[in-house]
Amino acid sequence: MSRKPQTKVAAEKPSKTVKQTPPKARMVTVYIMGKRHVVPEHATIMRAIEYSGQQIIRGAGCREGFCGACGTIYRLPGDYKIHSGLACTTLVQEGMSLTQIPAVPMEKAIYDIEKLSPDVDTIKRLYPVVFRCVACNTCTKSCPQGIQVMDYIQAAKRGDVAAIMDISFDCVGCGLCALRCPAEIVQHKVGVLGRRLYGRYLAKESKELDARIKQVQGGEYDDEYASMMGMDKTSLSKMYYERDIEP
Amino acid sequence: MYPDYLAGLLKEVDRTRPKRLELAKSGNPVYPPMNAEERKDVLSKYHPDYSKGALQKIRVGPNKGQELTTEITELLEAHSMVEPRLMDIHLREPDYETDLLIIGGGGAGCWAAITAMQNGVNSMLVTKLRLGDSNSMMSEGGMQAAVAPQDSPTRHYLDALGGGHFENNPELVRILTQDGPEVVKELERLGVIWDKMPDGSMQVLHGGGTSRKRMVSCRDYIGAIITRTLMDEVHNHPDKIQVREFEPAVELVLDDKGRCAGAILYSLDSEQFLTVKAKATIITTGGFGRLHIRGFATTNHYGATGDGLVMAYRAGAKLAFMDSVQYHPTGAVFPEQIAGFLITEKIRGAGGQPLNKHGELFVFPREPRDIESAAIIRECSTERNNGIETYAGRTGVWLDSPLIDMIHGEGYTKHQFPGMCRQFNRFGIDITKQPMLIYPSLHYQNGGVEINGRCETNIPGLFVAGEASGGVHGRNRLMGNSVLDYNVFGRRAGRYASEYAKTVTVGKLSLEHVTKHVKELKKEGIETDLVSPMILPSYTPEDVKTQQLARLGSAPARHSMLRSRISPGDKKAAE
Ligand SMILES: Cc1cc2nc3c(=O)[nH]c(=O)nc-3n(C[C@H](O)[C@H](O)[C@H](O)COP(=O)(O)OP(=O)(O)OC[C@H]3O[C@@H](n4cnc5c(N)ncnc54)[C@H](O)[C@@H]3O)c2cc1C
Ligand code: SF4
Ligand code: SF4
Ligand code: FES
Repeated sequence: MSRKPQTKVAAEKPSKTVKQTPPKARMVTVYIMGKRHVVPEHATIMRAIEYSGQQIIRGAGCREGFCGACGTIYRLPGDYKIHSGLACTTLVQEGMSLTQIPAVPMEKAIYDIEKLSPDVDTIKRLYPVVFRCVACNTCTKSCPQGIQVMDYIQAAKRGDVAAIMDISFDCVGCGLCALRCPAEIVQHKVGVLGRRLYGRYLAKESKELDARIKQVQGGEYDDEYASMMGMDKTSLSKMYYERDIEP
Repeated sequence: MYPDYLAGLLKEVDRTRPKRLELAKSGNPVYPPMNAEERKDVLSKYHPDYSKGALQKIRVGPNKGQELTTEITELLEAHSMVEPRLMDIHLREPDYETDLLIIGGGGAGCWAAITAMQNGVNSMLVTKLRLGDSNSMMSEGGMQAAVAPQDSPTRHYLDALGGGHFENNPELVRILTQDGPEVVKELERLGVIWDKMPDGSMQVLHGGGTSRKRMVSCRDYIGAIITRTLMDEVHNHPDKIQVREFEPAVELVLDDKGRCAGAILYSLDSEQFLTVKAKATIITTGGFGRLHIRGFATTNHYGATGDGLVMAYRAGAKLAFMDSVQYHPTGAVFPEQIAGFLITEKIRGAGGQPLNKHGELFVFPREPRDIESAAIIRECSTERNNGIETYAGRTGVWLDSPLIDMIHGEGYTKHQFPGMCRQFNRFGIDITKQPMLIYPSLHYQNGGVEINGRCETNIPGLFVAGEASGGVHGRNRLMGNSVLDYNVFGRRAGRYASEYAKTVTVGKLSLEHVTKHVKELKKEGIETDLVSPMILPSYTPEDVKTQQLARLGSAPARHSMLRSRISPGDKKAAE
């Protein structure tokens, strides 16, 4: 590797007050799609790929662990296992051999949310595949979010919509679980369905919210809006700084 | 895990905590909020918008003569990716035709497609990355909506105006605040799971600049929950909404009557330019965090490069408030791997406090964002020297999160902030026991394309919604108002643009405005090698970039990304 190690990976904030004493970055060797690269030890997989000179097109979205665009599988030396993680939040390790899986083909059921019921019949009709689950727990082991994926699939089999919602809440939709599932289940699509069913049918309705919408639609605030919109900046500003603040 | 050299400073935080906790529990403000004078002072001295070189006068286009954020001015004075002459045939025979073209696949874009569909108009949604890869997906803390009995939409109106320094477009703010409660209901109807109290009423929290608890939330995954719900709904109508991913728009197309009539897309897979002919077009391309304004790290997603501004401007649309940028007070500073990542403002809403290296509170934790950011920068400045330095050369202040469980009961943080906990647990930091290190991070594009209440611009047929638009937040947006913004105005854009689409017949397609732009650059004597929109920033090391740029001959299509001057530790930006 001829290139000098670079320590600054992120854009620096401007500051004249800070003495820069970055320690020399230690470098590690990784294999990106089989090709050897030497990258800074503190890089995430995503930064390592970019450090190697590639412009990522398909394997990056939010870059912060929310969107699931950057699913990655890797192996480590002396370890037979296939590991999985998000490229944007997983750090490189010496000898890591990796490749990105930015898309996992998935079929989503098409439905009209207004015409569903939050129970096992809906699951049976839209995602019959969940009943093939053999409870091997591979999905849970592959989830970079640490979600008990198998548990929400089991909940789906029982028609326990509240449990699907609660367990799958933090799913980023990377599809790594589905990729590894021997029963070829599309877990995160089931998760989305479960959450939507919960929000639409099982969450308790808010009476206060309904009352507020009626007030707005009834024009209850119109006069106040009109008067505030007619005020000049000085009076508005006065009103603003004098308003009371709820603790 | 925090390195040893911070142990002593961490002890300071523990030392001052009991007193601060007592005060927080008393219900009184834990620190005096600033008055108008103090706000003005800290802003003018420490906010990056006021730093040297922050603004640059633009020499071409509808805002000619105005001072805009420098990085934006440079992109607006750059060249188009498209050679109009070579597109003639394709303008005559477009690759796609649709009634409504929606550019951008975030929250505003999805809503526009859904309401247009409800209004009986089919659309084509084109987006740069995958559907949903957007800032909308990332929002954490919540959305403002005046749903609580002690609150009202008009109070929300006053708070938003005050936050925006009374420069916001009042009509837009009225729409924003008045539609809030209905949007909450609409989202629930689609299946969004709100945090609620046992009796079903909405859980509400404070955000910076709110005078009532008004922040509704979905744990700390509001963006993921709302955006995945909207995406799922978009995918439920494949016959009415056509989605095309990895095909960003790079130039608008006008017709011979000067109306917007579609766009030129650039396929990231085949590097082809594709023409879309449309009766109406909506831009929902979001913000520009990835331009790393002033060299700041950013919270934004990979594709947030301000493309919508560039396209709209070249076609003749006016921009508003493009001299102001939002820095989120609490970006992560440590560990280095997550530098710039967002730490949701909801942490402060729930009682978290910013502290200097002596463990002292130095600002009211819920000032509007620009004030809070400027106060943090001041605390780290040479004037005060109260920041905490990390080995990577960053400075920051603490955000005392363990207070939260002490105020609300154990387990609260874990349940309300699962995303935050996970983010820090990866690096051995338990935020229920230890504070986080923070510094302001580039977060939001306050300004954008000027719109009215129907999301119309000064170009007939061109509509804009969400973060790409300007006016609703004035020069500073309050937390929770942009999730509300994309929901309220995304819906409206879909409605009004589809109504408009029903009435027009498109004329002859043209890229004349691009040719005109080139002439204008020449006339002003502007010489630039920059090509815009940028599409994606490049994080390739400088030496590799130089090797890539050595390519001769026909300009490589990925040109604009390669030429992006955004690079790690860019000298110019760090000045
Ligand atoms: C980390 C984070 C946390 C946040 N938290 C909150 C919060 O708690 N509360 C709050 O109110 N706000 C929050 N915000 C702000 C808020 O999320 C955004 O302002 C809002 O989601 C913008 O929505 P949008 O639909 O306008 O744009 P986006 O959601 O950003 O969508 C823009 C879309 O356009 C696409 N695009 C861009 N350029 C092109 C092109 N040339 N052609 C085609 N497509 C293109 C993008 O890929 C993307 O899909 C947060 C923002 C971030 C980054
Ligand atoms: S549940 Fe599956 S799709 Fe969701 S985050 Fe985990 S592995 Fe990814
Ligand atoms: S991997 Fe598939 S079969 Fe195995 S437990 Fe998970 S869902 Fe069931
Ligand atoms: S890029 Fe979004 S999860 Fe990694």
